[in-house]
Amino acid sequence: MRQKTCMSVVAAMAVLAGCASTTAAPDGDKKGEQAAKVTIDPNPYPSTYQPLPSEATLITNVNIYDGKGGMIQNGSVLMRGGNIAAVGNDIAAPAGANVINGQGKWVTPGIIDVHSHLGVYASPGVQAHSDGNEVTSPNTAQVWAEHAVWPHDPGFGRALAGGVTSLQILPGSANLFGGRSVTLKNVPARTMQGMKFPDAPYGMKMACGENPKRVYANRGGPGSRMGNVAGYRAAWAKAADYKKQWDDYEKDYTAGKDAKAPKRDLQMETLKGVLDGDIRVHMHCYRADEMVVMLDVAKEFDYKITSFQHAVESYKIADILAENDVCSAMWADWWGFKMEAYDGIRENIPFVHNAGACAIVHSDSQVGIQRLNQEAAKALGYARKAGVDISKATAWTWLSLNPAKSLGIADQTGSLEAGKDADVVLWTADPFSVYAKAEKVFVDGALIFDLNDPRRQPLYDFELGQPGEGDAK
Amino acid sequence: MKPMKMFRFAAVAALGSLAVTAAQAEKIAITGGTVHTMGDAGVIENGIVLIDGATIRAVGRNVEVPGDYRVIDATGKWVTPGLMSASSTIGIEEVSAVPGTVDHTAREASFGAAFDISYGLNPSATNIPVTRIEGVTRAVVIPGTGKSIFAGQAAVIHLGDARDILVKPGAAMGVDLGEGGAGTAGGARGAAWVYLENAFREAGAYAGGRAPGFGEPMLNALDAAALVPVIEGDMPLLVSADRASDLRQILRLKKRHGDLKIILLGASEGWMVGEELAAADIPVILFPFANLPGNFENLGATMRNAARLNDAGVTIAIAGGNFGIRTSHNARLMRQLAGTAVANGLPWEAAMAAVTVNPARIFGIDDKYGTLERGKEADVVVWDGDPLELMVSPDAVIIRGQDIPLVSRQTKLRDRYMNLQGEAPFAYRK
Repeated sequence: MRQKTCMSVVAAMAVLAGCASTTAAPDGDKKGEQAAKVTIDPNPYPSTYQPLPSEATLITNVNIYDGKGGMIQNGSVLMRGGNIAAVGNDIAAPAGANVINGQGKWVTPGIIDVHSHLGVYASPGVQAHSDGNEVTSPNTAQVWAEHAVWPHDPGFGRALAGGVTSLQILPGSANLFGGRSVTLKNVPARTMQGMKFPDAPYGMKMACGENPKRVYANRGGPGSRMGNVAGYRAAWAKAADYKKQWDDYEKDYTAGKDAKAPKRDLQMETLKGVLDGDIRVHMHCYRADEMVVMLDVAKEFDYKITSFQHAVESYKIADILAENDVCSAMWADWWGFKMEAYDGIRENIPFVHNAGACAIVHSDSQVGIQRLNQEAAKALGYARKAGVDISKATAWTWLSLNPAKSLGIADQTGSLEAGKDADVVLWTADPFSVYAKAEKVFVDGALIFDLNDPRRQPLYDFELGQPGEGDAK
Repeated sequence: MKPMKMFRFAAVAALGSLAVTAAQAEKIAITGGTVHTMGDAGVIENGIVLIDGATIRAVGRNVEVPGDYRVIDATGKWVTPGLMSASSTIGIEEVSAVPGTVDHTAREASFGAAFDISYGLNPSATNIPVTRIEGVTRAVVIPGTGKSIFAGQAAVIHLGDARDILVKPGAAMGVDLGEGGAGTAGGARGAAWVYLENAFREAGAYAGGRAPGFGEPMLNALDAAALVPVIEGDMPLLVSADRASDLRQILRLKKRHGDLKIILLGASEGWMVGEELAAADIPVILFPFANLPGNFENLGATMRNAARLNDAGVTIAIAGGNFGIRTSHNARLMRQLAGTAVANGLPWEAAMAAVTVNPARIFGIDDKYGTLERGKEADVVVWDGDPLELMVSPDAVIIRGQDIPLVSRQTKLRDRYMNLQGEAPFAYRK
């Protein structure tokens, strides 16, 4: 397709010509001179997140699941300067530190949900808030969830009360390529950028199975799982070509040639980001056989699938997932709501873990995100009943460190280790109990939520002046 | 593969299926456990429950165990009545997104109140074993609305292994008087109320053998007949509504029609009118996880709803699954819902009542089920701990005297794939 002006290109299919960067030289420029190099800004919507003010805080006499599989009884956690300063048994309180006696309570890393639609399917769930699926084409890799995140979604506050300190907002699963995800710190802010997790890599949502083929069956396809895979392959083939154009440009330019930059294509740019290893693929897939087909597609086009989302049948192929180093983000017990969820079992999460594969508890729900600790507890209980012995401390890796790894933020958060962000939850009781509640939630060392202090419970714009304003939720 | 190996797998499979079908009503003594009777006897430490056939014969501490009783040792365990889901589509839906398997909503039917969900019950539905092995032994199966604000007639079922699971047809008449009902009635709440009052008037005329009035009646004869037991107070009116103003309209409805037996379904803003609901003797079936402004009719939703309604003296039942109050596949989550309600202020005993004896009373089967008392049908569960806890599950589930194998399609899938190495191909692991 030839495009004459920037405007027509944008209007036609969000494919921008090189005009996006005005420095590209016209054809037939003087020999021997190079036009300015065309580069694409990888971070045009940068994070403006600033941790809230914090004070040095020592939680003592507390039971700790450290998030990487360890358990400390009667231990302490010291937070200072927004980071975790120390975790152990004998930690002295620095002068002036706020000391919290955690007698009878538990401390864990903040929960990280890798699958949320908060902000893009915000409450109230009216049609006007339906921004999570760009249901206009099976490939919308060019859309970014962050451009639709409404930071005033009260669901963020409910998740915070459940101990969720970071979360990935994904586009929905209507499309083969749904678009880019964004990872957020779960702090109240006026803007999406004010929540954006600094330096977290982008993700890209893809979807297997029933959803794309149902949505597009009467809209030009795909109308079958065959069509789904043909759609992925066609896009990756095109993306490989697009990547080569840019790689060639880069090579020629570096060689001193007056190379012409390829036309910019936002859709291809996201796919190229995956092929370059900069963007992580999080793929909605229920059925085991489909996941294994997708692993072959990934090999065919030389990209990596970081995680399968929902992964209801991962237990059938947990060994293959372990070999391929792919995470499964799962519910504890959802099943039966559609054909590809028919074979869900209660032991999916522990069985995946037990096979040596990466297991993650996820929500995909503004309700479920409030109690992900309970989801882990149910899965663990079922595992033990089936004779698979996993410790609670190990099970907590499903809620923090494994999610952090899959999002590429494990160097900053996901476990209680000196130097990491102080994303910490103090629980009223063992968080594997139904009676436990998050009592204090810290993000980067700042107390963001306090169960016993209404002044530390965020009230979202939408809730002002409404029935139940400021109520315990 | 060698034929010999195949034969061996088949033999194992035959033994397995024999074991599964061997469940029979018998004489069972459950001994040594902490028995939560949910009745006047309260909690009995080291109690004994004697089950003879389908019926509880004795419950107490000093009960002699006759020699012909099979003993289930419940030492260190908790014994409770089987749980009852007050809002489900168990046994009426196999796969939610496969329409041919879904029989709870007659979307295109030309009638509403006359729709009787019980005809579509399927005792072979896989969500029955999946649900019962987690201690749920009874359920109300509730219709959804089609073209009328009246959804039709709910049924009570048991979750035993039987050809007939129907306990009580016509257990309630569903009607939607919230946003959904407004949409069905023509686009406004007022339209739903006009339709409702007229329907009651026409049903009254039908019952009295009179013409409903001048002109054509709005109800067809089927719906008019179906509403007669409702206006006469023999069949409860199960009203879906959430917004406090809608609940106040329902309180006024009760004042206008004193014979009506009203049950509220949802009522996420119920706590705002708790005392009025208690005074009007209107029970509430609620979903404790509702705490978001999902739309503009539940802005005041809070996890405290259960505790506040209970404090106000309202009889509450707790129900729901992952997706809301009416659940097809995860009624088993009612324990988690009840436990979380406890974490949000509801006393434990009230939470346990909200999943056993309260739904039994609300739907009028408490003469036979809901407590562990002599003469009641034997729905008994032995738990390995506090049943509202997340890591606790049943060690024995007895439904109407039937000791249910803790087997479901899910446990079979679990057992097939538990060991990914094994020598037999997966399809031969039975």
